[in-house]
Amino acid sequence: MLFKMALLNIRKSIKDYAVYFFTLLIGVSVFYVFNAIGTQSAYLTVSADTREIIGLMETTLSGVSVFVSVVLGLLIVYAGRFLMKRRSREFAVYMLLGMGKGRISALLLCETFIIGIGSLLAGLVLGMGLSQLMSAFVADLFEADMTEYRFTVSWESVIKTLIYFGIMYGAVMIFNTLMIGKARLITLMQSDKRTEKMPLKNPALCVLIFILAAAGLGYAYHTVTHKINITENTMLAMIALGSVTTFLIYYSVSGLLLTIASAMKGSYYKGLNAFTFRQISAKINTTVMSMTVICLMLFVAICTLSSAFTVRNSMNANLNSLCPADFQIDISLKDKKTEELLPADIISELKKHGYDIQKETDSFTELDVYHTEGFDFGASFGSMLESVKERYLFLDYTTPEDIVRLSDYNRLMELYGRETEVLNENEFILVCDFDSMTELRNTVLENGGSIDIFGKVLHSKYDCCSDGFLELAAQHINAGFYVVPDSLIPDGTVPAVSYLTGNYAASDKSGRSAAEERLSAAFENMRAELNENGILSRAALNTRIDISEAAVGLGGIAALIGLYIGIVFLISCGAVLALKELSDSADSIGRYDVLRRIGAEERDIDRSLFAQTEIFFLLPMLLAAIHSVFGMQFAIRILEVFGTDEISASVIFTSVLILIIYGGYFLITYFCSRSMISGKR
Amino acid sequence: MTLLKVEHIEKYYGNRQSLTKAIDDISFTVCRGEFIAIMGASGSGKTTLLNCISTIDRVTSGHILLEDIDITSLRGGQLNRFRREKLGFIFQDYSLLDTLTAYENISLALSIRKLPPKKINEKVKTVARQLGIEDVLNKYPYQMSGGQKQRTASARAIVTDPKLVLADEPTGALDSKAAKQLLERFSCLNSEFQTTIMMVTHDPFTASYAQRVIFIKDGRIFSELDRGSLSRRDFFNKIINVVTLLGGDAGDAL
Repeated sequence: MLFKMALLNIRKSIKDYAVYFFTLLIGVSVFYVFNAIGTQSAYLTVSADTREIIGLMETTLSGVSVFVSVVLGLLIVYAGRFLMKRRSREFAVYMLLGMGKGRISALLLCETFIIGIGSLLAGLVLGMGLSQLMSAFVADLFEADMTEYRFTVSWESVIKTLIYFGIMYGAVMIFNTLMIGKARLITLMQSDKRTEKMPLKNPALCVLIFILAAAGLGYAYHTVTHKINITENTMLAMIALGSVTTFLIYYSVSGLLLTIASAMKGSYYKGLNAFTFRQISAKINTTVMSMTVICLMLFVAICTLSSAFTVRNSMNANLNSLCPADFQIDISLKDKKTEELLPADIISELKKHGYDIQKETDSFTELDVYHTEGFDFGASFGSMLESVKERYLFLDYTTPEDIVRLSDYNRLMELYGRETEVLNENEFILVCDFDSMTELRNTVLENGGSIDIFGKVLHSKYDCCSDGFLELAAQHINAGFYVVPDSLIPDGTVPAVSYLTGNYAASDKSGRSAAEERLSAAFENMRAELNENGILSRAALNTRIDISEAAVGLGGIAALIGLYIGIVFLISCGAVLALKELSDSADSIGRYDVLRRIGAEERDIDRSLFAQTEIFFLLPMLLAAIHSVFGMQFAIRILEVFGTDEISASVIFTSVLILIIYGGYFLITYFCSRSMISGKR
Repeated sequence: MTLLKVEHIEKYYGNRQSLTKAIDDISFTVCRGEFIAIMGASGSGKTTLLNCISTIDRVTSGHILLEDIDITSLRGGQLNRFRREKLGFIFQDYSLLDTLTAYENISLALSIRKLPPKKINEKVKTVARQLGIEDVLNKYPYQMSGGQKQRTASARAIVTDPKLVLADEPTGALDSKAAKQLLERFSCLNSEFQTTIMMVTHDPFTASYAQRVIFIKDGRIFSELDRGSLSRRDFFNKIINVVTLLGGDAGDAL
């Protein structure tokens, strides 16, 4: 009996439940898809290193899942409570008929159970389908081979989804029971007779608050985008300021619009404009807090999505240009007792361990980096040091500057396939590709920068840094080194670091990985021996294969986490807005009937409803988009190391994703509202 | 001068097994500038009649002519235009939009008709003066008394200069003082501005303000009273007599 009633109830309020169910469905399937990635990717052919990165990604994703489940849990509880409120009248009738609160709670329990089971089953089925697509996406992210792939179901993820959502539904049941327990018959009965009191705000005060809030927001924008060195505290203060001003803007915007509208009598008293305007302003006034939270969540979603994909796309794009050689070894030897640098002959050291560089490589070159006493990062600024220090507190000004001989540099550039340089006797060039460092160093070079090293004064050949790098890397992280004429550095000077860079002789994939294994073995032995001798200060082997796998993996993780959080935030925002708008439409049915009675055309009513829904959805998005423009400018500065060349592509991708999810919610809301208020019921 | 002509209309509900005749062959005419009341008990068919005249509901058979236009043959968009251009409505529950001020509620009726905003202000002010609600124009419905709300709703109904104002139990939710004020305004509108008003009510006091009362019972016209030159009090007594007869008849049947 109870079960049958619950079923009938659900069928009856299917319109109310549609958005709720839709949201649960997406929530469940997204949760399943992201937790199934590990199992799904077992069928992808990837290297051991990539497998390790996928493992790392799994751990990260399951951590993020906890956070996501909290967000989804709050959303479900909110939506559930919302639906309960809409049904107050119904509960009042049950109570009047003599149904006990216990029975009503049991009925609700039954309903939640049915909805829960339904959404879980449907969501899991949808998730299983989607996760096959996801596998293709993951394969693309990690540049893996999919030929071995076949349809899989991750039972581990199924169980995890069941447990997590079981807990969430449990929470909803507890909330419902508590709510029914607390409810009084009289309040339930009068719930739909609530007097619609317009919170009357002083329009002049609203304009003032709006202007102040806009100014505060402007200040926060300016601070995060223009101040060079932002401490954590300033950042937190700006985030707090941004949140408060967002709240104040939504608090005052309807008053502001009212002031504007009353000034524009012409369009205000045209068609249904006055009605549409009042509807919107009532909606905004009653949802200031939700609007603020939604706006901030959208902001986070936009920034996470675009940053994540910028990182991933830029990383892959960077690889080709930043890894122009197969491998690079760098070694620095030092006598541990005297702290004196020792010369290192990498080629002969490798040969001792059975690696013949002549035979194994197609081409190779050596390069030495020198340091000189008294020439450190601070000294490179000369007389400008004090003013630079004032602006950039946290830089290490005592790091010695790297100096390279022109002939070494040119040989390496030839190997890299980049342009070589020519220098006069008293010239140097500064090579740098880390954007903010380039900017900083350029200030010196623009003012005719000259350096005094090895007893000679040199002038910069150019008035800015040259773009380039020395070490193989996945990102633009070269903070700068000096290229000087060969003769400047006295013969016999011991280099601080020695580099050996080369390309394998083998040209096919398997040949190259075999060559890499031989090199890697010899390198490890060499390092072990140098370490035993007590003279090893630093030794590293970087290979193109390693760097690309790490970069691709890191980019992949960033992209997936961004996608995960972004999607969950988007559906949460969409669902809350949709529920709010739908319940408003349900409350407004009477108003639309009045409009029809006084002769409004259906077309005008539809147009008014569309405008209301549109503005209600647009308002949080608009401010979030403005926030994001400035937020992303700040993010770009942090993401700089990863490269930001691909930002436009990720912004487009983010916009498309938002359009699909957010736009989907908008359309569902509009069409549901329209059928709700249409005269034919 | 005949404004409205109702010819042998019938309205049936249900199917062949259980047929309900809500309106069973009713005919009457309303002249321009008349103030007419339709009386009857609950379920007598008076609201159905009003709904048919206001084109909210369709008749099963018969014709309704307003200014020689047969409104029973209008369809879709024509109906909307007809309602917008010829009729004004007043409801028991006021039907004011609670999100709008009184001024905006009244002006909305005009802006829907695409009247230029300049003319709107003028007309709203005029009609507000006629109904004595000038001082509440900037208030929201929840800030007004029931009487003020119903006068605002009435202002909205007549601001468009309709041929016919249809009022469904206009005093139903008002206390006696507010009801009296409203009805006096109706009389005034009728006598001074020649507004044609057709009012449905079950309250003899309300009906006594009309010029003519049509009594309906079980979907048929039971009786008709013309006030002529009688005072309102005498007319009220006459109405009470018919009502007693209406009720008595029902009592005899038992």
